[in-house]
Amino acid sequence: MAKLHSTILAATALIALAGCAKKRPPVLPPAPAQNAGEVGANTPGTGMDNGAVVPGSDADFRRSVSSNTINFSLDEFDIDATARGILDSQVEWLNRYPQVRITIEGHCDERGTREYNLALGDRRANSAKNYLVARGIDASRVSTISYGKERPVALGSDDASYAQNRRAVTVVIGR
Amino acid sequence: MTKAYLLVTALLAPALFLSGSSVAQQVPPPAPAPATTAAAPQAGQPAGDQAGGLVVDVEGGTSSPTPIAIPVMPAAQIIDTPAGSTDAVGRQLSDIVANDLRNSGLFTPLPPAQLRTVSVPEVTAPAYDYWGGTGAQALVQGYVKANGDGSLTVGCYLYDVASKTELARQGFVVPPSDWRRAGHKCADSIYTRLTGEGPYFDSRVVYVSETGPKGKRIKRLAIMDQDGANHRFLTNGQSIVLTPRFAPNQQSIVFMSYEGKIPSIYVYDLGSGRPRLVVRNAATTFAPRFSPDGRWILFSMATGGNTDIYRVASQGGEPQRLTESPGIDTGGSYSPDGSRIVFESDRSGGQQIYVMNADGSNQQRISFGGGRYATPVWSPRGDLIAFTKVSGAFRIGVMSPSGGGERLLTNSWQDEGPSWSPNGRVITFYRSSRGSQGKADLWMVDLTGNVERKIPTPLDGSDPAWGPIRP
Repeated sequence: MAKLHSTILAATALIALAGCAKKRPPVLPPAPAQNAGEVGANTPGTGMDNGAVVPGSDADFRRSVSSNTINFSLDEFDIDATARGILDSQVEWLNRYPQVRITIEGHCDERGTREYNLALGDRRANSAKNYLVARGIDASRVSTISYGKERPVALGSDDASYAQNRRAVTVVIGR
Repeated sequence: MTKAYLLVTALLAPALFLSGSSVAQQVPPPAPAPATTAAAPQAGQPAGDQAGGLVVDVEGGTSSPTPIAIPVMPAAQIIDTPAGSTDAVGRQLSDIVANDLRNSGLFTPLPPAQLRTVSVPEVTAPAYDYWGGTGAQALVQGYVKANGDGSLTVGCYLYDVASKTELARQGFVVPPSDWRRAGHKCADSIYTRLTGEGPYFDSRVVYVSETGPKGKRIKRLAIMDQDGANHRFLTNGQSIVLTPRFAPNQQSIVFMSYEGKIPSIYVYDLGSGRPRLVVRNAATTFAPRFSPDGRWILFSMATGGNTDIYRVASQGGEPQRLTESPGIDTGGSYSPDGSRIVFESDRSGGQQIYVMNADGSNQQRISFGGGRYATPVWSPRGDLIAFTKVSGAFRIGVMSPSGGGERLLTNSWQDEGPSWSPNGRVITFYRSSRGSQGKADLWMVDLTGNVERKIPTPLDGSDPAWGPIRP
């Protein structure tokens, strides 16, 4: 539920603050029934402590940035304007917590072969990392991991699901 | 006649010892020490080299499979063994032989109602008149005998019903734990004698067993005989594991694991049950495959968004980079003589198949059709490359190493990841279904594309890799 809640918060923040909503619909959380227990492949503790969000935690990150996830076009790994806006909000938060380290998970939709998608997911994670580093984040704070097509967030075999699965997810892993 | 004499001798002097870890030895003449290389499987002796010999055509044979009678193998004495009582073993052995031959698509075993009970003396003196009346063209008879040392001897005889001649005989001595292998070896001897192709039934498959919801699937390494028997899990599922492939000597399996959240290639030792990290590196390493001589592991490494192909000594060491394109180069697979490597690259824009020399020189594109081409694997016979063709759907296909003669063998929504049978006649792959369930299963297809079959597994399965014929 923490995930669902913070995603809604993030989506609200996106609409209210960033003004990007017209360009790109916020990523809606998948239906709860489908999504039970299926947060990011690499999500650590929620950072919730008796309901209070710990500053500098992943939960704090997710409620503070416009999104922890950027999306990509089919077989692409370039950072578009929407993704730049999201990553800029991540830069802002990361500058507030300069000791915090993150990992970026690269993911693909199921229309590529398994091994190729491992490489493509690596490209996507590194695209996001390179952008953060270009905006001043120390590269040593950012690791990457590719999950290829092994951890889809949307389970359908349709364009809407594929669009959600082509993604790079920033996860706070600690200090 | 000389050949028949040798085979008779082989049967009288225990011909072929099969044991779990040691190597089968043929007496006479003794086989050399276990080869550590995966040489291309030898072609079986040419079919029909004896007068009146029955021949099964592997190209056209699938449209009219050869009727074959495989009666229950009688036991010399009914004795309880760790494999079960000898008469039960005999019943199951004839089933194993029948299933193997049926699954090849080239044979139609007679239904049980048409089979007669065969006594031990009758095994070497077939009732040709009876079998001629059943429509069977070939007859397989055999027997089971429990030996004093606890092993089992299985005799296996092949007869041409029309010409009333014996075509082959072989004997196998197996420890009780390997009793099924005697059935597979028997089926292999019949298959090779009648088709002229190499054997493939006495072999194993390693694969990724999958279970759980599509978004959080649990993946475990598992190993089994090619017919699905003797299934065993090798890893516990705590880490994602992908793309297992046998070492040529079958003592180990190279695979990729997310252990410790650093996706890397490991070698799993089947004897000790322990995995060993191959390349100590923070970068993601994946798509591993052994060289035919077992000395090298070919793999891909992704660094900073660029993926290239490397090789490393299978015991570990400093990797050597073989490709340097700025794109994704992955899916490397050696030719059976180890001199060349086929791989996929998106350097031209989309995934296509390339070949290069084993040192990385002379890289040439060989696939030019519409769509993308992925996961190339060189046939153990050297004559073909199997691949996944991606154009909307995924389909399994083959082409020559120079890129000609492309043929697609399957037609489903998503068929991926081909792997060759030891004789280069059959391809195993995995088939995924659409939608939120996204189940995957293991399948086989033969080179005609006509014979397609699901391999039974306890859970879902992906990334099957066929091992060599067992020694």
